[in-house]
Amino acid sequence: MKPFGEKAAPVAGRSLGADAWRRLRANRMAMGGLVFTVLVTLACVVGPWLLPHAPEAQNLDLGASGPSAAHWLGTDVLGRDLLARILSGGRISLLVGVLATTVALVIGVSYGLVSGYAGGRTDRLMMRFVEIIYSMPFTVFVIILMVYFGRNLGLIFVAIGAVEWLTMARIVRGQVLGLKEMAFIQASRSLGQHPLNIMTRHLLPNLMGVIIVYATLTVPGVMLLEAFISFLGLGVQPPQTSWGDLIRAGAESMEEYPWLLIFPSLFFSATLFSLNFLGDGLRDALDPKNG
Amino acid sequence: MLTFVLRRFLEALLVLFLIVTATFFMVRLVPGGPFDREKDIPEVTRQQLEAYYGLDKPLPVQYLNYLGRLVQGDLGTTFKYPGWTVNEIIARKLPVSVELGALAMGIALVLGIGAGVLAAWRPGSATDTVPMSLAMLGICLPTFVLGPLLILVFGLKLNLVNVMGWNLPQDRILPALTLGLFYAAYIARLTRSSMLEIRGEDYMRTARAKGLPEARVYLLHGLRNGLSPVVSYLGPALAGLITGSFVVETIFNIPGLGRFFVQAALDNDYTMVLGCVLFYAALIIVFNLISDILLVWLNPRRKLA
Repeated sequence: MKPFGEKAAPVAGRSLGADAWRRLRANRMAMGGLVFTVLVTLACVVGPWLLPHAPEAQNLDLGASGPSAAHWLGTDVLGRDLLARILSGGRISLLVGVLATTVALVIGVSYGLVSGYAGGRTDRLMMRFVEIIYSMPFTVFVIILMVYFGRNLGLIFVAIGAVEWLTMARIVRGQVLGLKEMAFIQASRSLGQHPLNIMTRHLLPNLMGVIIVYATLTVPGVMLLEAFISFLGLGVQPPQTSWGDLIRAGAESMEEYPWLLIFPSLFFSATLFSLNFLGDGLRDALDPKNG
Repeated sequence: MLTFVLRRFLEALLVLFLIVTATFFMVRLVPGGPFDREKDIPEVTRQQLEAYYGLDKPLPVQYLNYLGRLVQGDLGTTFKYPGWTVNEIIARKLPVSVELGALAMGIALVLGIGAGVLAAWRPGSATDTVPMSLAMLGICLPTFVLGPLLILVFGLKLNLVNVMGWNLPQDRILPALTLGLFYAAYIARLTRSSMLEIRGEDYMRTARAKGLPEARVYLLHGLRNGLSPVVSYLGPALAGLITGSFVVETIFNIPGLGRFFVQAALDNDYTMVLGCVLFYAALIIVFNLISDILLVWLNPRRKLA
């Protein structure tokens, strides 16, 4: 023990974020996932402008041709450049992934916050509601929605977001239940802070770790669902395309032109793979129990 | 236990009612009807058809009529296949889907639990990293990627199996693998992490202290508790298998209920869609109930909540 009054030598503090970043960097698979995700995202966002071929430009004389110097990943039956189509399809897949995840996060986090913080009967009622929706065959509903309300992109991610928020709500609520008993929350409550304030200023920052992890794991889930719907032909409509749609088209002609199936599948699976590894790595990194 | 089952059962009925209502109005309130064809049918014929199927009455009346028949277990008649009732079609198409689903579920459970148990036995060793990397790969290969790839390799290039249809026993291999491998991968990951968690539990130490061999402790005492997450995953897994069957049956041209459901949705066949949704929902709810009961049986300490 140092005598009272003597200042302790300053210790360089490490924030939780810096700590997590350090642990994440040590995880090679997760870093690989991060790098690949960033690369693919960049390629999809910037790529279509840089490529000499537009994704819709047809070349019927050429038809389907294998990879060549002019068309790195070959062309499809209509002579469209496959790389250009994969990159512009990736835009849609990633966009749907990010937007639907955002929808799911906003609904799920606020629902879970309110439910957990309110506690008691409100909590029981709200969670029962989640359980009931949980037991519905929701993918089936999404299919019905897509069939009846036309196949527009906006609806796809609203529908998917509406499915994916449930798990988020459950996770957030569980965390809030534990957090709200802690001294700093009790203190701000006894100081008369508005519950809304407590939720946004004190609870939310403490939930960021879980939210980030879960968001990273939701994106691949959403992309999977979008691809599934597009594969059934109920998703994006031509001339737009997405990875699920490209895989569907590739599967139709895989006997003659296997590259039309293999390359989109490769892009899609590799992205899912990276996102999953990144999410797993983040979960380990943000868990303060890990050294 | 009985009150628990009873309460769950009542809840299940409520959920089913909500699903019927939601689906009924969702399907009805959108443009397009089952008699929309490329060629217009005469107005009189349309009116007679609608009168025959009760579609001319106000929507609430239709709804009550539907509920009334439903209580008697009658899902109505389809519009696209005159003379067939939805019950008959489900009964006819279901066995194929059930067979496919059961095979896939079997693959998922056997492979998944096996790989998970193996991986958690010596964490960090080759018996852990190899199956877990494969499991990660499996999770990133959804049915609609895996199916065509399997067909391409084993059907078209190696010519080992038929790629279409559902006639010979070996026709079942590829579809069942396509549908089951994703869940096998997921279950492997679940099993591994829960087995790792359970190794440090007090009762495991007690069992070891009694002098039981480690394999016995691990497989008998550990597995029983380690399986809980897998059992609670059975409900969602079934829901996933059902939606997966839509894709797999389409890819492999299998005459099951899944493919039929997608077709009915595309055809605006109201009663068929409603019937299938209800049927699927009931199936999932029953499965959830069974998995809840199983959980309590596996671990009596769990509250009957």
